Amino acid sequence: MEFFRISRDIPFMRYALTFNVISAVTFVLAVAFLALRGLNLGVDFRGGTVIEVTYAQAVDFNRLRGALDKLDLGEYSAQSFGTSNTALIRLPLKEGVSSAQLSERVLTALKADDASARQQRVEFVGPQVGRELFENGALALLLVALGIVGYLAMRFEWRFAVSAIIANLHDVIIILGFFALFQWEFSLPVLAAVLAVLGYSVNESVVIADRIRENFRKMRKASVTHVIDNAITSTISRTMITHGSTLLMVLSILFFGGETLHYFALALTIGICFGIYSSVLVMAPLVMWMGVSREDLVKPEKKREGDGEKVMP
Amino acid sequence: MNRYPLWKYVVIAVALLVGLIYTLPNLFPEAPAVQVSSSKPGVRIDSALMQQVEAALKEAGIAYRGDALDPTGIKVRLADPDTQIKAKDVLQAKLGENYIVALNLLSSSPPWLTAIGALPMYLGLDLRGGVHFLLQVDMKAALDKAADRYTTDIRSLLREKKVQYAGAVREGPNVVARFRDAAERTRARNEIGIAFTDLALREYEGPGGELRLGATLKPEAQKKIQDGAVMQNIQILRNRVNELGVAEPIIQQQGADRVVVQLPGVQDTARAKDILGRTASLEIRMVNEEPGATEAALAGQVPFGSDLFTERGGQPVLVKRQVVLTGDRINDAQPGFDQRNNEPAVHVNLDGTGARLFKEITRENVGKRMAIVLVEKGKAEVVTAPVIREEIGGGRVQISGRMTTREANDVALLMRAGALAAPMEIVEERTVGPSLGKENIDKGFNSVAYGFVVLAIFMCAYYLLMGVISTIALTANLLMLVALLSMLQATLTLPGIAAIALTLGMAIDANVLINERIREELRWGATPHAALQAGYDRAWGTILDSNVTTLIAGIALLIFGSGPVRGFAVVHCLGIMTSMFSAVVVSRGIVNLVYGSRKKLDAISVGQVWKPAVAAVPTK
Repeated sequence: MEFFRISRDIPFMRYALTFNVISAVTFVLAVAFLALRGLNLGVDFRGGTVIEVTYAQAVDFNRLRGALDKLDLGEYSAQSFGTSNTALIRLPLKEGVSSAQLSERVLTALKADDASARQQRVEFVGPQVGRELFENGALALLLVALGIVGYLAMRFEWRFAVSAIIANLHDVIIILGFFALFQWEFSLPVLAAVLAVLGYSVNESVVIADRIRENFRKMRKASVTHVIDNAITSTISRTMITHGSTLLMVLSILFFGGETLHYFALALTIGICFGIYSSVLVMAPLVMWMGVSREDLVKPEKKREGDGEKVMP
Repeated sequence: MNRYPLWKYVVIAVALLVGLIYTLPNLFPEAPAVQVSSSKPGVRIDSALMQQVEAALKEAGIAYRGDALDPTGIKVRLADPDTQIKAKDVLQAKLGENYIVALNLLSSSPPWLTAIGALPMYLGLDLRGGVHFLLQVDMKAALDKAADRYTTDIRSLLREKKVQYAGAVREGPNVVARFRDAAERTRARNEIGIAFTDLALREYEGPGGELRLGATLKPEAQKKIQDGAVMQNIQILRNRVNELGVAEPIIQQQGADRVVVQLPGVQDTARAKDILGRTASLEIRMVNEEPGATEAALAGQVPFGSDLFTERGGQPVLVKRQVVLTGDRINDAQPGFDQRNNEPAVHVNLDGTGARLFKEITRENVGKRMAIVLVEKGKAEVVTAPVIREEIGGGRVQISGRMTTREANDVALLMRAGALAAPMEIVEERTVGPSLGKENIDKGFNSVAYGFVVLAIFMCAYYLLMGVISTIALTANLLMLVALLSMLQATLTLPGIAAIALTLGMAIDANVLINERIREELRWGATPHAALQAGYDRAWGTILDSNVTTLIAGIALLIFGSGPVRGFAVVHCLGIMTSMFSAVVVSRGIVNLVYGSRKKLDAISVGQVWKPAVAAVPTK
């Protein structure tokens, strides 16, 4: 089996401008959604209480709301979670009421209404902890971005580092854009997924950057465009297959991992799909626009394992 | 070419063997057990106790499947959850207060595995069910409390040294003493400075030229008090958790002013929350019995230095602000009954200092009323305000008055568990029911299993023998990752299981890179041996680069993540390490074993290598 039978280098760079326009448009859209609708921050970041309750039969939400309305809980929400027997109740923060009292009160009220109600999960995050989690998340994102730029700049060249991080932050923004557009809940695991995507899709950029450098060494007479086209073409099979494999596992989490991991897997799925596009068709043109040249990469024989020159028998 | 020296094979074999051994305990199911440990220091857990446990179970006719003694306690394995609960009740009744009898789950792996330290993975609360609390200690209250103590101490010091002063009160975290004459103030300043070195003193004038002396805790003393408050609260939480009977509780300080409490496997989460979340402290104060004072207070004019509280039952009580005795002085408290009228009561046993203080107070105040105040979350309630009939010595105190048996039980428990040095507030809570935990394990396992199977089928079909080798390498990766997690006893959470799936998906990247590279080399006309060599060598640099960037993301998550996300990061980082080893070293080892020995190698089974008519061979 061989899926990718490409006899000539595909002239990706000829369409570089088109790709860049496409990504610019998606990027702007994502930013617009983020700005207009904002992220639907979960209880982890915003503070509040989440209570998961199961019933012996399908949840009757009218009755449930009727029972809760008596409690003066503020702007709460109740919806089904995973199965129709499970209800997820979100309660806002309330001054002077501790989580313990709150969840107990809710559960007592629900039990009084229907004895089969059983508490499965309670999550309470105080306002200060929520703020800290948010700040730590932002810091982690910054640290990852800086770390990757630093590493790539050291290993390759600043143009690659900058293009790779632009390409991948563009993925991150698009994932966030999706979450803003559909108002999916943005929780801690989703943040973890976003960071994992950031680390992961840089892989792709690394592979291509590696190939570009190798080609600069080997294809002495070829133009920069040709070198990049060849690098992308010769790695495309690997790109599709590895992303396919990772996507396979992620879809497995999405379908079998249950409701708790749903948005986590969803963020990964979007991230991987856009990761393919961005590292190939965003990063490479950027490198080209920034004017990378043979001299930048083929430095006076800096040794590097695995480069082939001395390894080949 | 394409051969490994013997030592490399040995390394691979040892790594796989160790991986296998440490993965094994995870394959055995967990069996219900009861764990007996001591609730007080000095209570010995030894073979004599074990015989007692065995005898108690035999007597009750409960069959058990073996027991063991280890430093943490005695563990008795039982057939099913029902007998487990029965055994717990029997043992608790038999052994009494000095022992904690807790439900636990034990791995049913053979003893030799446990002996070499091979334990199953440590499951997080979202997988086994339980309660996680993050409590914040109210430091301001701790300082206020300290200032309260100093106010009392300064008053008695000034009285003792016969310094003329016009009153001393606490204002926020400071103590302010007022004077009529500057010489007396200077004298007070000197005396206080000698007696209390932790206080910084300042002379100033209040409104109307009033002479004042302000005492503030020095920063290092503040820090000492705050650290002490956290430590004391942790100790008290330990006592309370002991009352709950939890097998492996975790109670740790986090940051300067927070405490994490994790109670795995707790079934009755409501009760756990109730006991832990109660931030009660006990104070004994005198009742203000000045004629007309209570009436004035009810009319809205609470006399200076007093508080108006409500007694159980609804009557208002005016209580002096000065605390004569705090709950720290309580050694033990047991629910019981008042011998005279058979009402529920709490029998309290005070420590040496407490007993002495209590004797003094009762001697000096015969005929007056004292109030026992329970402070819960800043709300004070007078449990009872009895009249002192006589001097009470020996530190044995009985508290009674309008309590139900259950209330007496609760009050006794709270007193026994000690007073908190400072109130605490739950700032984060994550409670997972046991059935949800089980469900999470199943779902996590399924997502790994199904994904893995499809991936394996694809790899084998697409890359043939090389695909099979990649799959073996991937299996080795899974084995080593699970073994590593078991060895380190790192907490596995649901996102952690997702990270295992994700790691497998990403780990295959290295093998795809290698296999694609081999195909490419063959396409360019390299000999099979050269293609293998080049495939592995050239892919290595790329694999390293891409894994380092992934590792950067993983480490950032490890640093900044908390709870379940940290579990994700741990698995992610470990997975990157094992995948580099398995994809490069293990798979190369197998390839060398399969192909390396053949001098003349015509073809590699890496799937179809398609050669373009017009080859896009790079110009060399």
